[in-house]
Amino acid sequence: MKLLTGNELRSGAVTWWTGSGWSLHVEDAVDVGEHGEAVLHAEEGARRVNAPYIIDAVATPQGPRPAHIKDRVRALGPTVRPDLTLKPADPAAGDWII
Amino acid sequence: MYKYDHFDQSIVDARVAEFRDQVNRRIAGEITEDQFKPLRLMNGLYLQLHAYMLRVAIPYGTLDSRQMRMLAHIARKYDRDYGHFTTRQNIQYNWIKLEECADLLEELATVEMHAIQTSGNCIRNISSDQYAGAAADEVADPRPWAELLRQWSTFHPEFSYLPRKFKIAVIASPEDRAAMRLHDIGLELVRQNGELGARVFVGGGMGRTPMIAPEINPFVKADDLLSYIEACLRVYNRYGRRDNIYKARIKILVHEIGADEYRRQVAEEFAHVKTLGIDPPLAELERISAFFAPPAFDAADVEPDRSDPDFAVWLDQNVKPHKQAGYAIVNISLKPIGGIPGDATSAQIDVMADLAEQYGFDELRVTHAQNIVLPHVAKRDLHAVWQALREADLAHANLDLISDIIACPGLDYCSLANARSIPVAQKIATRFADMDRQRDLGELKLKISGCINACGHHHAGHIGILGVDRKGVENYQLTFGGSGAEDVSIGKIIGPGFDEDGVVDAVEKATEVYKTLREGDERFIDTYRRVGLEPFKEAIYG
Repeated sequence: MKLLTGNELRSGAVTWWTGSGWSLHVEDAVDVGEHGEAVLHAEEGARRVNAPYIIDAVATPQGPRPAHIKDRVRALGPTVRPDLTLKPADPAAGDWII
Repeated sequence: MYKYDHFDQSIVDARVAEFRDQVNRRIAGEITEDQFKPLRLMNGLYLQLHAYMLRVAIPYGTLDSRQMRMLAHIARKYDRDYGHFTTRQNIQYNWIKLEECADLLEELATVEMHAIQTSGNCIRNISSDQYAGAAADEVADPRPWAELLRQWSTFHPEFSYLPRKFKIAVIASPEDRAAMRLHDIGLELVRQNGELGARVFVGGGMGRTPMIAPEINPFVKADDLLSYIEACLRVYNRYGRRDNIYKARIKILVHEIGADEYRRQVAEEFAHVKTLGIDPPLAELERISAFFAPPAFDAADVEPDRSDPDFAVWLDQNVKPHKQAGYAIVNISLKPIGGIPGDATSAQIDVMADLAEQYGFDELRVTHAQNIVLPHVAKRDLHAVWQALREADLAHANLDLISDIIACPGLDYCSLANARSIPVAQKIATRFADMDRQRDLGELKLKISGCINACGHHHAGHIGILGVDRKGVENYQLTFGGSGAEDVSIGKIIGPGFDEDGVVDAVEKATEVYKTLREGDERFIDTYRRVGLEPFKEAIYG
C-alpha cells in the first residue's frame, strides 16, 4: 500500500492523509494507490501540509506500517523520549519501530 | 562578554521583523515552500522528522546567565521543556511551531541572540576554546578574535552564497579543545618574537570526506589576519565546486589543487585585499577586547575539602586548573548514564544560569563535546556548586571518560540520519556505568554519528561509531584512532558493521584489549597507535 504523509505547515507535526483530511495518527492513513500524486498536488495547494510525499507501507491488523524505519520513527515520535511520542502510555510502543 | 551596540541590535531586530513577514506570507499562501525554504534556513529553521527545529547561535559558545535563562524560557514556552546543546556550541529546539517562530526570535533578540547563519552556505557560528580567558596555556584570549570574525562574517555580502557551508574555529593554546584542524579554517593564535599572530589552517572537516586541515601559513600577523582570511574565502568562493554538493567544501578544493597552489593563490589575493583596508583599526580591536577583560579575581587560594568521596571524584574528573590562583574551571557534564547526550531541561538550564550568576562571574560556555562550562569559579565555592549541580542531576563526574559521549540527534530526530545514535550512546554509557571502571579506562573519547555527515564527530573519536542504513536496517560501523585534539587524526573503519547490541559488545571487547595491552599511563588511543588494529580486530571479530 502507499501512504501520503507530510508535516503540518503551521505546527510542523507529522500528519497522514486519511482520504478526506489529515490525521496525526498513522492508523488513520489510507492507501492512496495510484492517486497519491494528484492528492499530493491538491493538498500542497491547500497549504495545510508542508513537503508531502508518498511512502510504501504494509497493511497490518493494527493499521498501516510504513516500510522504512525513518517513516516509522516519524509515525511514533523519538524512541528515546517515549513521553513525547504519540503513545506515551505504552512502554512497548518503541518496539513497533524495529 | 561582548555587548551589542546599536548596529548589532538593529540588524537583529530588523531580521526578526523581516522573517515575521516572510512567515506570515508563507502561512497566507503568498509564497511557496520552495520560495520559503531558503528564507527559513537563513534563520536557522529546519524541518526535521517530527517538527520544525530551530538552531540558535551561541557565538563561540559564550553566554551570560540572562541569555541562558532565555534559552530555558524558550524551551519552556515554545518547545517541550528541554533543549539540545550541539557539537557546534549551539542549542537546538526540536518542537518549534512555524507560527510561533517570529515571537520566539523576538524574545531571543532581547538578550542579544539570534539564529542567523546557523544554516545555509554561509559562514556559520564561530567556534572557540571553552576555556578561553581561563586556560593557563593560552597565549592570548581567542574571544576578541572570534567576536571580530563574528562581526565580519555576519551578513558579509560576498560570502552569503558560498559553494557550501563554512566553519571557522579560533584557539589560542597548544592544547586544542575545539577540534580546530577539523574546520574549514582553523586559527591558532601564537606569539612570534612577542608579536601576536596566527597559524592558519585551511581545508579541514569531517563529513563524508574527512580531512585534516594543512597549515597554509605558519604566522599571519594580527594586523593582517582579517585580510588574510578574506583572501582565503575569496579563493574558495571563486574556485569551489558549485557543480557537485559532495565536492563543494573548501577541503576538496585545497586537496585537489594542493596546499602549495592554494597558498600561492591566497598570497596573491591577500596582496590585493590588503589594499582595501578591511583590517580593523587598533581602536576597534581594543574596544572589542575590553569586553573580554578578566573579571575581578579576588578569592584566596584555598584547596577544597575532599572528605566527601563523591565530591573528590568530581573534582578530579570535571574540575580543571585555572590560570588564576584561587579559581578553577568547572565542567558540567550533560551526559547522565542512560541519558541523552547534550540535552538539558529548562529547569537544569536555569540552575546552570543561577550558578553562573552566583559563583561564576556570570559566564557560561557551551563545549563542542555537548557539555557546559563555568569558566571562573572560586575554589572556595566548588563544594557549593557541586551540591547544587547534584540536586539538579548535573554532577556526573565523567568528563572525557567513555560515557562522556558525543552523539548527534540521529534518526530519533534528524531527517538526514540513517540510524539512531542516542540509543547506542545510552547502551554504551549504561554498560560502563560503574565509575571505577570508567576511571580505570581513563580518557576515552567515544563519538557517534547517525549518518555520514558526521555531526557526531565520529571521525575524531578514539572510538567512533557511524550509523548506516543496510537495506532498511540500522547498522553501526566502528572506527578507531581518531582525535580532534592537538594530536589530530582521522579514525579508520575496523571491519564489518554491527547491530545495536553488537556494537556495544564490540566496544567492550576493545576496552578489554586496551586494558591488557596498555603500558604505563597510555590512553586507549595511545595503545591503539602503538600496537595497531590487529589485536583489537582479533578480539572483536575472532
